[in-house]
Amino acid sequence: MTNLSDAKILRRDRQTSILAYGWHWARIHLFSSWMNAALTLSAIALLWLTIPALIDWLIISASWTGESREACLNENQGACWPFIFEKWEQFIYGRYPQEEIWRVNLVFLLAFGGALPMLIPAVPWKGWNALFLVVIFPILCLYLLSGGVMGLPYVESSRWGGLLVTLLIAGVGNAAALPLGILLALGRRSEMRILRTLCVLFIEFWRGIPLITVLFMASVMLPLFFAEGASFDKLLRCLIGVALFSSAYMAEVVRGGLQAIPQGQHDAARALGMGYWRMTILIILPQALKIVIPGIVNSFIALFKDTTLVLIVGLFDLLGIIQLHLADPNWSTPQTHYTGYAFAALLFWLFCFGMSRYSQYMERRLGTEPSHNG
Amino acid sequence: MADPDTNNKPAKNAARDGAIHMRHLDKWFGAFHVLKDISLSVRKGEKIVICGPSGSGKSTLIRCINGLETHEKGELVVDGIPLTGSAGLDEVRREVGMVFQSFNLFPHMTVLQNCALAPIWVRRKTRAEAEARALRYLERVRIPDQAHKYPEQLSGGQQQRVAIARALCMEPRIMLFDEPTSALDPEMIKEVLDVMVDLAEGGMTMICVSHEMGFARRVADKMIFMDEGVILEEAPPSQFFSKPKHERTRLFLSQILHD
Ligand SMILES: Nc1ncnc2c1ncn2[C@@H]1O[C@H](COP(=O)(O)OP(=O)(O)OP(=O)(O)O)[C@@H](O)[C@H]1O
Ligand SMILES: [Mg+2]
Repeated sequence: MTNLSDAKILRRDRQTSILAYGWHWARIHLFSSWMNAALTLSAIALLWLTIPALIDWLIISASWTGESREACLNENQGACWPFIFEKWEQFIYGRYPQEEIWRVNLVFLLAFGGALPMLIPAVPWKGWNALFLVVIFPILCLYLLSGGVMGLPYVESSRWGGLLVTLLIAGVGNAAALPLGILLALGRRSEMRILRTLCVLFIEFWRGIPLITVLFMASVMLPLFFAEGASFDKLLRCLIGVALFSSAYMAEVVRGGLQAIPQGQHDAARALGMGYWRMTILIILPQALKIVIPGIVNSFIALFKDTTLVLIVGLFDLLGIIQLHLADPNWSTPQTHYTGYAFAALLFWLFCFGMSRYSQYMERRLGTEPSHNG
Repeated sequence: MADPDTNNKPAKNAARDGAIHMRHLDKWFGAFHVLKDISLSVRKGEKIVICGPSGSGKSTLIRCINGLETHEKGELVVDGIPLTGSAGLDEVRREVGMVFQSFNLFPHMTVLQNCALAPIWVRRKTRAEAEARALRYLERVRIPDQAHKYPEQLSGGQQQRVAIARALCMEPRIMLFDEPTSALDPEMIKEVLDVMVDLAEGGMTMICVSHEMGFARRVADKMIFMDEGVILEEAPPSQFFSKPKHERTRLFLSQILHD
């Protein structure tokens, strides 16, 4: 009997101590001053106002099943998910022919399978992996998506759309912008005057015009300069425009990193007999790029979101294709618009948040344990 | 002062035999005349210690020897290779090692990688050869056990010894030291100087900018005092310390020997 009551008392003690600890923690972190307390309370109020309403709209009052607008015309006033369920294939693939969609899926799979081991530092064979991503994957990707040779039917790029186009533009843009940006940054710091001037001109030109202008130029004006029929694919033109545009920003980010490397590192490399390229590749760039990871990822994310601008030249990226389908009379309900945009926001946020988290992870890793180049 | 112009005739021969041959060297930074008509000959195996007040051009002078700075006028032959413009640069740098005041180790590589890097990429050694060599020289500077650490994990004295090992891994014929101990705490100075004495006794040709007069007395064949871009005095240490010719040298020596 006594033992039992002892245990009870002990348990109550522990509970009070947890409560006491919680109170102690809150005092330090949330209510340390009047200012802090006021901020805490207003944050709680804000969350109280938004979170329940959001959950209600997204889940509780939302319509989940149905074949057409009738499903979402009830008095619930929640999100209209059947609209997304019915359309998601278009949102992902655009107007890519139904029976060829496996090709896009294969590309997604290859991209995922190629990028994932590259991103995880512990996986070996980085050299082969990079070779696959840089050489083999782009060729495979072009072949699979476009087709027209060796048994695959041709799918013209005007039928590509949705997430496919978003990822394609962001992926190609970033993949081209990083190396181009590095070269431009090196050129801008070169001792050769002509090269330096050219790089400055290039960077300042592309930084000085809005992306919308670049896209218009690429899609509307460029064909005027070509002879009839010689003009090439609109998507490709936009890709080139986007890549050049973001390479100028990337160049400035990388230059910031290059400037942070002390002169002594150059001196030491030179004194050991290294030429310019060995010094740059082995000593300078590994340090400079590590410093500017946040800036690089920032550029990646900015470009990823900027891809939505291709809508104005008649390409349908994820947001563009969602907007297109909002006009479908079959689904015209008061909630369709909100649902479509919420879905677009959610997808964009997921990708951007992923990139951001990965960069934080890499920074932490490189911060505690310098990379192994040697 | 020994005038290097007295043995004018066999200059070509001297250039070939000597380690460093410098005649009437001039250098400007913009309008600022840093090095004024410098002439200096260094024989193989000779040890030279350069001292002088801050801003007198000591660093600039030894940085000219491996082409980190370019001179505007005059003749410079290093290890038989004439240095004019950018010609001969890579060749000379392979034969001349340099140690800096601020160590300048590569922070993103381990000690072993720091040492093996240049032998692999410049001398075209295999990784195994280069690493074996790196370990040998790390042993020589007495820190083989730190090979797998990163520079930031080492003390200043250890870092500077790694820097010496890194330079030695290229098996240079000439070593340049630019105030190798002046960024170090007093208790670490000795461990670096010991390594340098050891190197000197091994017969290396050495040019050291240093204010460590004990070290200078022990190893220097010749002392050089620089002021405002000129070599003011050049003498063997015995003479240099006991009866310097110039008032300026005397003043400088009294200042640094005082503390
Ligand atoms: N890159 C440069 N551009 C312009 N002036 C320079 C440059 N490097 C050095 N100087 C100037 O040249 C002079 C000589 O510099 P140097 O570094 O050779 O002096 P030092 O004798 O090594 O001095 P310290 O003992 O302080 O290292 C100084 O007045 C310095 O300000
Ligand atoms: Mg100096």
